[in-house]
Amino acid sequence: MMLKINISSDVVVNPILAESIIETGGLLNISQAHFDSTHGEVIADIDKDHFKAIKNALTAKGAQVIVLDYPIVRDEEECIECGACISVCHVNVFSFSRDWSLEMDTDKCIQCGTCIKMCPHNALTLEH
Amino acid sequence: MIEKSIHEINNRIKDGSVNVVTAEEMVDIVAELGVEDATREVDVVTTGTFGAMCSSGVWLNFGHSEPPIKMSKVWLNNVEAYSGVAAVDAFIGAGQLSDTEGMGYGGAHVIEDLVRGRSVDLHATAYGTDSYPRKVLDTTINIYDLNQAIMLNPRNAYQKYNAATNGTSRTIYTYMGSLLPNYGNVTYSGAGVLSPLSNDPTYQTIGTGTRIFLGGAQGYIVGEGTQHSPQNDFATLMLKGDLKEMSSKYIRAANFHAYGTSLYVGMGIPIPVINEKVALSTAVTDDDIVTNVLDYGIPSRDRPPLRTVTYGELRSGMIELNGKEVPTSSMSSFKTARKIAEELKDWIQNGEFFVTAPVEHLPSQTACNPMKQTGTSPLVDDIMSKNVVIIEQTASFHQAAKMIMDNAYDHLPVVSENNELVGIVTAWDISKAVARDEHNLVKDIMTKKVMTANPDDPVEVAARTLDKNSVSAMPVINANRNVIGIITSDDISKLLARRV
Repeated sequence: MMLKINISSDVVVNPILAESIIETGGLLNISQAHFDSTHGEVIADIDKDHFKAIKNALTAKGAQVIVLDYPIVRDEEECIECGACISVCHVNVFSFSRDWSLEMDTDKCIQCGTCIKMCPHNALTLEH
Repeated sequence: MIEKSIHEINNRIKDGSVNVVTAEEMVDIVAELGVEDATREVDVVTTGTFGAMCSSGVWLNFGHSEPPIKMSKVWLNNVEAYSGVAAVDAFIGAGQLSDTEGMGYGGAHVIEDLVRGRSVDLHATAYGTDSYPRKVLDTTINIYDLNQAIMLNPRNAYQKYNAATNGTSRTIYTYMGSLLPNYGNVTYSGAGVLSPLSNDPTYQTIGTGTRIFLGGAQGYIVGEGTQHSPQNDFATLMLKGDLKEMSSKYIRAANFHAYGTSLYVGMGIPIPVINEKVALSTAVTDDDIVTNVLDYGIPSRDRPPLRTVTYGELRSGMIELNGKEVPTSSMSSFKTARKIAEELKDWIQNGEFFVTAPVEHLPSQTACNPMKQTGTSPLVDDIMSKNVVIIEQTASFHQAAKMIMDNAYDHLPVVSENNELVGIVTAWDISKAVARDEHNLVKDIMTKKVMTANPDDPVEVAARTLDKNSVSAMPVINANRNVIGIITSDDISKLLARRV
């Protein structure tokens, strides 16, 4: 499951991700992390079995955990299957099948939105 | 030597015995049978491509109003069309943006709306004459209301196109899509093995008058396209067709983020296999078509190629660039290109489409020259301050503060021991350090991500960098990253003030 973990400035100095991983044994796979002076935002994958434990651990330490369950949506009428989106997606949501149709693996989507600006046909949206 | 006439091939189309294959299928046929037997066997090879073709548009005739108007300006859904011809003719170009919606809607969208049969608002103004007294006109039209809607695309069907990447440190937005920083991706366009002009690169069968597939209907080649550049395999075509017969499957509006609008045009050319030379050229593969990878981060028409690459490599999804594997994206749709080649094949097999001999061959010697510019545009070197004060990164924060005070400069470029630019310190960085009570060395408080200019950059390019990054000054550096000057927004304002 993809998670977005928001870490506010008052707890950003504590190693809460490391602590939560050690406490729960849940292997958070971090795919994106942005930190500045006001807050931190981490996108990470976790298996279903450890989701509850890691969510509770992080929340107890002051983070906010949001499940990213609204991945990118493709309008199949607008999409012309050029594949422009393929190279800008770091997590490889998009690929070509053998007959050059565009395929999507939305489980991988981290909702970064980069592909939305790339699509020449406005076929991609994030509904949230 | 086997020779077949167009007449012979058309007779086979008429009696249903014609053998048509796509350019993709032709590759294996030539490999299996050899050129001679393939020439005997195959009568027509179909090609196709579906990509962004900005140089596209449609001539519209609205019919005369009552009282009549001689339109001097005309808008369709707030997108201006060119009407500097007779009274009620106008040309809507794909790249023209809406006056009200900017890059979200343009001429390409008007064209797609027309193809889809949607209503479009027409607004026109005129100066009024004795025979055309009306000065303003507002009405709503659709494609069926028009006398003519003739697509006339000045430059379509590029034989191949440069692949694009970006060596700068920020994402840039181009007609080749979003290009990620530090050569993060490569984009390309063109159908490779199915590319119409790559299947007959010496124009043995393609020329003025050639009947083609355009937008889902029969169209024609008018002649060579603008910027036709046959000597380096960048041939182009001017095409015409009847928009009223076209389909939105093959005519689609596009927006390139922060660039503008364009039209995806589906087109295909049937290549009659009149001799062995043609058969051989239609056996071209993705691996035979070579193009250049260019750095679109360089804001100049002269971008040195980073490497050459084949369409085979581009279509594999990854290419090597500077020792790194970089993902590629196609901006044109191969799946639709294939559909076009298949549809054209069906038309010919069903006796609905006949091949043609060109009335005139395309020129093979013309070149695409750069613009002649009479006014010289000023360069960074012409207006930058050359007596720039720099500071070493190991200097103290106090020394920096004193230098800024003594010289009344707001920006101090920071250099390393071997005199290379490593950062910049501004009065703001100093204030921040004071406020936070951090009395460190210059290298601790400086901004490390520093925008720079080259002395031979046009001032327009430097102005855009300043504006895009919301900074007011940039060090000017040479190839060794030594600071040779500084250019500020003040310098640019003064230049403009002098001009006015």
